[in-house]
Amino acid sequence: MQRKAVALISGGLDSLLAVRIIQEQDIHVEGINFFTGFCVEGHTHAIRKKDQKKPKRNNALWAAEQLGIKLHIVDIVEEYKQVVFNPRYGYGANLNPCLDCKIFMVKKAKEWMEAHGFDFIITGEVVGQRPKSQRKDTMPIVQRDSGIGDRLLRPLCAKNLPPTLPEREGWVDREKLYDFSGRTRKPQMALAKQFGFEDYAQPAGGCCFLTDEQYSVKLQDLWKARGSRQYEMDDIMLLKVGRHIRSRPEYKLIISREEGEGKFLQGYRKLYPSLKTVSHPGPLCLIDGDFAEEQIEEAARIVARYSQGKNAPEVELEYRDTEGNTRLVTVTPLAPHELKKEWVV
Amino acid sequence: MSRHLLDCRRLLCPMPVIRIQDRIAELEPGDELEAICTDPGVMQDIPAWCRINGHQVLETREEDDEYILLLRVGEGE
Ligand code: SF4
Repeated sequence: MQRKAVALISGGLDSLLAVRIIQEQDIHVEGINFFTGFCVEGHTHAIRKKDQKKPKRNNALWAAEQLGIKLHIVDIVEEYKQVVFNPRYGYGANLNPCLDCKIFMVKKAKEWMEAHGFDFIITGEVVGQRPKSQRKDTMPIVQRDSGIGDRLLRPLCAKNLPPTLPEREGWVDREKLYDFSGRTRKPQMALAKQFGFEDYAQPAGGCCFLTDEQYSVKLQDLWKARGSRQYEMDDIMLLKVGRHIRSRPEYKLIISREEGEGKFLQGYRKLYPSLKTVSHPGPLCLIDGDFAEEQIEEAARIVARYSQGKNAPEVELEYRDTEGNTRLVTVTPLAPHELKKEWVV
Repeated sequence: MSRHLLDCRRLLCPMPVIRIQDRIAELEPGDELEAICTDPGVMQDIPAWCRINGHQVLETREEDDEYILLLRVGEGE
């Protein structure tokens, strides 16, 4: 009987290798990829016009195609919030709850495995590769807390770990697994060459925006302003776009930096009041938070500062509420020294 | 054979792929699904997803900043 494994596919090199190693042992593999909302993903980077030149691809799909396996993408945005709000094992350097995240993903993959009659799970983890989630002492925690126990196989470093069920049962040959460890990427690159993989993704920090310092600062600012750890899908998308200026605690301005972002923000004008310069070329700005119409002028002055009319005596802007009612305002753009550094999130 | 429509406007990748995947799971082989999207990334991702999972892309077109893909559900397992 051919055994079946489900692989956690991030799209990076490690999961690519892990799958290939197991495929070579005549195991049927399918991939699963979890969409948390924070995934670093080619297209969301491509909102900015200048980034659109490079062809974008979804790395998980690309990896699955290289491997010739099916890929199941699972939307876990809602459930994942609990992981971000309340990680039992805390955060990494930024707001990345990596250990809890791993546990959660393995738990979800286990549910999928059981529902689809698969035998075990594989991941591309390597002992000692990440400071928190991939340490020798934290790896067993993933197995324990997710409930997967010894049906979790990590082909790249299996030889450094106790034999798992697939190894003990002889479904896979432990001798043909690897003993990678630590932060070095050299063995992975050599193996990639051996397997003939080229042009694979090499994510710098981690697999999601929560490892990004600037992004985490913006998310924390949002939580502080709202008085609770909350976010919706729109919030996490918008944190990736524009400059964020909190000139008052109750609201912030999201100002497009160039055309691509302006176009993207336009799609949100039914959800957020907005400001757009009309007398001069300039950005589109969404207003997020508790905003009173009396504050239009002061917000407009800031937006005008980022338009081509920044040195003009007056700039005209159109304010539009979420119903689509518009109103014109004329203001003097904020002088450079009036724009406080601490406003910029 | 039946034909279905799916609105994926304003969704960013990979959300359109997820919506299409979940919709196709409810359809029969041979059924057709027309997806209307606004994220240009779908022009790469959806054909890739179809190739991997054995579905067919019958047609793609771009109309007023919208990307429309016509898919045919494959045989599955
Ligand atoms: S980097 Fe993000 S997606 Fe990756 S394990 Fe950490 S929290 Fe999870």
